[in-house]
Amino acid sequence: MCRRENNDLSGNDVVQSFITGSGSFPTFASLNSQLRILVLSLLPSTISDPKNLGTVLHFIYLSSGEGMGGGIRQLLEQVHRLSRRSLFRVLSMGPLPTHLAFIMDGNRRYAKKRGLEDGSGHKAGFSALMSMLQYCYELGIKYVTVYAFSIDNFRRKPEEVQSLMDLMLEKIKSLLDKESIVHEYGIRVYFIGNLGLLNDQVRAAAEEVMKATAKNSRVVLLVCVAYNSTDEIVQAVKRSCVEKADRDVERIQLVDIEENMQMSVAPEPDILIRSSGETRLSNFLLWQTGNSQLFSPDALWPEIGLRHLVWAILNFQRSHSYLEKKKKQL
Amino acid sequence: MDSNEPMLLLSSRIGQIGDLGLDLLWRFLHIVVSLFHIVSGIFEAIQSYAISLGLIQKYSSVDIEKLRCLAVVLDIEVARDVAKVVELLQWLKTIGVKQVGLFDSQGLLKKSKDMILEMVPGSTLLQETGEKDISPDRKEGIAIEFISSSDNKEAVVKAANILLKRHLKTSHPEKDEGNNVFTESHLNEALRVVGENVHVPDLMLVYGPVRSHLGFPAWRLRYTEIVHMGSLKYMRYGSLLKAIHKFTGVRQNYGV
Repeated sequence: MCRRENNDLSGNDVVQSFITGSGSFPTFASLNSQLRILVLSLLPSTISDPKNLGTVLHFIYLSSGEGMGGGIRQLLEQVHRLSRRSLFRVLSMGPLPTHLAFIMDGNRRYAKKRGLEDGSGHKAGFSALMSMLQYCYELGIKYVTVYAFSIDNFRRKPEEVQSLMDLMLEKIKSLLDKESIVHEYGIRVYFIGNLGLLNDQVRAAAEEVMKATAKNSRVVLLVCVAYNSTDEIVQAVKRSCVEKADRDVERIQLVDIEENMQMSVAPEPDILIRSSGETRLSNFLLWQTGNSQLFSPDALWPEIGLRHLVWAILNFQRSHSYLEKKKKQL
Repeated sequence: MDSNEPMLLLSSRIGQIGDLGLDLLWRFLHIVVSLFHIVSGIFEAIQSYAISLGLIQKYSSVDIEKLRCLAVVLDIEVARDVAKVVELLQWLKTIGVKQVGLFDSQGLLKKSKDMILEMVPGSTLLQETGEKDISPDRKEGIAIEFISSSDNKEAVVKAANILLKRHLKTSHPEKDEGNNVFTESHLNEALRVVGENVHVPDLMLVYGPVRSHLGFPAWRLRYTEIVHMGSLKYMRYGSLLKAIHKFTGVRQNYGV
């Protein structure tokens, strides 16, 4: 989407020529009916700050090369963002989860359903993930865990595994960009799993991201790659035993194993959402979900949206007091 | 000074009204959610009665062979109602389920173990019989296992201690990285030694207010389908049949 390079124009200039019809700016008369309605509906909000109207018209002008399409899109995005923020404001009148976990299931089925080529389901899945992360962090949820790649997935066809690894490498590297979501929200990223099973490039990129984001503390993203819950338990047992053997202690306790679990960097999940309607956990966070509420919306992962998140949170709020009571009992 | 006070008061009043408005909106949202649950509950009840009366063809036969091991997770409040638990077990027996694991986090059902086994005719306590577990005299009956949260994390701790002892017995424990002692199959075996059943249930029915596995032994949950059945007090035969039928239609990829 190319923009004209006239960014030094002030909103006031645009408004002036919009009304008077001078210059090469679009005028009210030149707008189609949709845009006219939009501009009229935004007038009330400009009473407090006339610059708003200038900004809006500026958008329209800047993208008028595309026949106003880009301008509308940006306007709609702003409207969506505002309504989302109001919805989140209402939701936060009740208890909100601290930790949300997602099983991103259904990418391949999505590609098949849409008749797309094989890898594009995962790409669509990645953008769905970015949207969900944005919603979660806007809502104020501090920890988000996603099941990106299971140890069982290594048993898929080698070409598929390789293309998944390539996609992961590309996306992990993109997290280091200045404009990425990591910097926007100050996310600390952890990669959880048996990283030794990954190829060297992916592992190195993952470690680099973990190091680069180590100072962030606002919100946390835990990406489970090459992960299995049973493997996590075994690794924790192994680490505790080796530790104890080193110090010549003959007894392990529950706290030792809990400390050595890779997921101990986050509290237990409050909600676990698995897309595509499947009702099993597939070896994900089995140890940590004793008090978690499980949801299985029918939507495939690339189709998942704000409504599923809101539904899960509303239901979580209904059962919150029950789950709190259960936590205290144990 | 004087002009600030009424302004502050006004803005705090506006803030309070704003919060009240948001609170009302929130409550309204929740009323809508509750209405949705009530309506869908009514539809489910109607469907369930239709199923138990045999009106829906689809559910008249269930391929029960696919369900080798069933787990039933009961909320603590619910587990106190032993009569209902017995009724559920009788229904499961009628449907043809051969093996059931009953779980409640505090182990209340374990305490009433003998009473339950007595009240369900043809039931036996599940013994760890290894891989071949269909014996001729068990064809008619139902084998019941009683599980509680001590079989979850505490059992893993006990198994870990067994592995630790094995690791310490190796000639150079400080140098050995433990790859021979710490694998999934070793932990699996150690759990067996501790007396745990390590069979993975195919299906789990949760009776309680929330869909959660409530701390069922994590080691066994890998590929278990978890279905929420609602409250035990209002349990329905039709819903049970429907859940089991739906399970028999599920096809798992196991990650591949």
